[in-house]
Amino acid sequence: MDFTLEQFLFWVFGLLACSAAILVAATQNVVRMAFWLVISLGSVSALFFLLHADLLGATQLLIYVGGTVVVLIFGVMLTASGPYLKIQTSPGDLLMGAGVGTLLLALLINSVCSTNWAALTLDTSGTVLPIAAKDKPNGGTARPLGLAFLGLRPDQDLGNDPTAKLSPGYLLPFEIISVHLLVVLVGAAYLARSKRRAGGERGIT
Amino acid sequence: MTLESYIAPWLGQTLSEEGWAKAAASVVHAALLIALFGALPLIYIWLERKVAGRIQDRLGPTRVGGKFGWLQTLADGIKLIQKEDLAPAAADNWIFRIAPYLAVAASFIAFMVIPFAADAVAVPLDIGVFLILALMSMEVLGIILAGYSSGSKWALFGAMREAAQMVSYEIPMALCVLIPLVIAGSLNFREVAMLQHGLFTNWFIFHDPFTFLAFFTYFTVATASVKRAPFDLAEAESELVAGFHTEYSGLRWSFFFMAEYASMFAVSAIACLLFLGGWYSGIDAETWLVTPLLSAIGLDPATTGLGHFLMNAFGVKVLLIKGSLLVFVQIWVRWTLPRLRIDQVMTTCLKYLVPISCFLFLGAVLWPLILATTMKRTTLLEGPMAVPIGNKVSVQSRGTGSGPLAKSRDEGSVR
Repeated sequence: MDFTLEQFLFWVFGLLACSAAILVAATQNVVRMAFWLVISLGSVSALFFLLHADLLGATQLLIYVGGTVVVLIFGVMLTASGPYLKIQTSPGDLLMGAGVGTLLLALLINSVCSTNWAALTLDTSGTVLPIAAKDKPNGGTARPLGLAFLGLRPDQDLGNDPTAKLSPGYLLPFEIISVHLLVVLVGAAYLARSKRRAGGERGIT
Repeated sequence: MTLESYIAPWLGQTLSEEGWAKAAASVVHAALLIALFGALPLIYIWLERKVAGRIQDRLGPTRVGGKFGWLQTLADGIKLIQKEDLAPAAADNWIFRIAPYLAVAASFIAFMVIPFAADAVAVPLDIGVFLILALMSMEVLGIILAGYSSGSKWALFGAMREAAQMVSYEIPMALCVLIPLVIAGSLNFREVAMLQHGLFTNWFIFHDPFTFLAFFTYFTVATASVKRAPFDLAEAESELVAGFHTEYSGLRWSFFFMAEYASMFAVSAIACLLFLGGWYSGIDAETWLVTPLLSAIGLDPATTGLGHFLMNAFGVKVLLIKGSLLVFVQIWVRWTLPRLRIDQVMTTCLKYLVPISCFLFLGAVLWPLILATTMKRTTLLEGPMAVPIGNKVSVQSRGTGSGPLAKSRDEGSVR
């Protein structure tokens, strides 16, 4: 059996992602949890890069790793009363978490088993992603995705495939969602901000 | 043309495995980048001390390594290695020890996607600019963990300031970076820089008035994002002892400084690639000097081989010089301007830089439109123009279906 570089790296990052995820659940110190979460999510991003999904990998880094930092600061540090906050899980919570986790695992295993992987693998080089990775060694998924946003699908053979439809693109829904999120953020900031004192004294924030 | 294509013929006979060429190329890339990553702080710290001395009417380092004190940083480094590796009793020991490595690693991997010349890049990515923004924002994680785990109030204050600064300054930074990307129509550093070849009038900074202002906005924000004075609130000596690295000593302390100086170069290199013509000399020396010189000794810069290597080496040198000049400006600013207060830093970002960058972005987007309606052209000078999307992707018309993705998007179409 030949063992390629990609397979080796897949095992490295896969094991790293899983073990770090277990450590997130097992540690009680919040900041260490955040550290392991960053390791786990970073390894997942490395797996995306291995699959030539470069945009997805970079987005994973930017949003999840950056998001963990923000969660760490605003969610934990600002609400903590002691210096090193510990999270003690009660047995009931543990049971509930285990139940939800098992259900999710069952769902994932079910979807993995029911997928026809052979149909997804287009070429013999082991590349799963169909379009982007063909010519480019490092993905190049950004442009097809951007064009799909605008409704251009160069990957679909519109002429010969009768089932393929001209799509209007994802740009409008995407913009609606992002403006919606912006409104939510502004609302949250408005609700969370400290009320100005009666004497007209203004805080720094 | 990648390093793999150089290595593959040597290995191909014995190992017949593409993976080995890839692995060997990775090792070479990593070794070169680590060497650069170590050498840049060595030079810049010396430069910092020398420039600081001159600005304050002192001499700066003069003794170690001859007249100008060239080897001062090396002496500093040896001193730092000898120091005891302390961790306070109140510290969260394990995180305290790992935090400097996180900061330095995040700063280092940003070098991975910076192209130093047309083909001198470790990982040529289509989304290099996007990825580098993501990677550089990870450096702050090491700093926050360092400040938090130190078990010191000064360090925690420094870390929280850094966090607040990072969260706010990322917005104008991303907006300023977007402006040249919109002009180039690409997220690829290589394509963005290659549009700016030739004379310096082709540089994106001279593309229109908005990009001109965007460069200075970007540089201000970049200075803040690598927490240099006047934005170095995370380590404000006058208020916080030494901020997030108060409790650190020895080599771990110096790792933070390696990360800082390397990041200074990284943001400067991004500024060069996006606004200042990348690895092109700006006087078109590639055409009238380097290519004839290489042809004179019988080398062709276009094909794989020594000529190609020398052409790239020239580009690397140009980019390093340009980047170092910008680092010099950062040092100059640090020793000239007083430090802002934390509320002033936040005001500068949220009330001034964010609206300014939004306005510049809008202006840069509308500029070609206005020119097209008034002057029937999209650039003022004979400047660089992005290839329209239609040329980059072959959109299939109904009935004539062939290859899945654009074959026309080869490197040549960028020029």
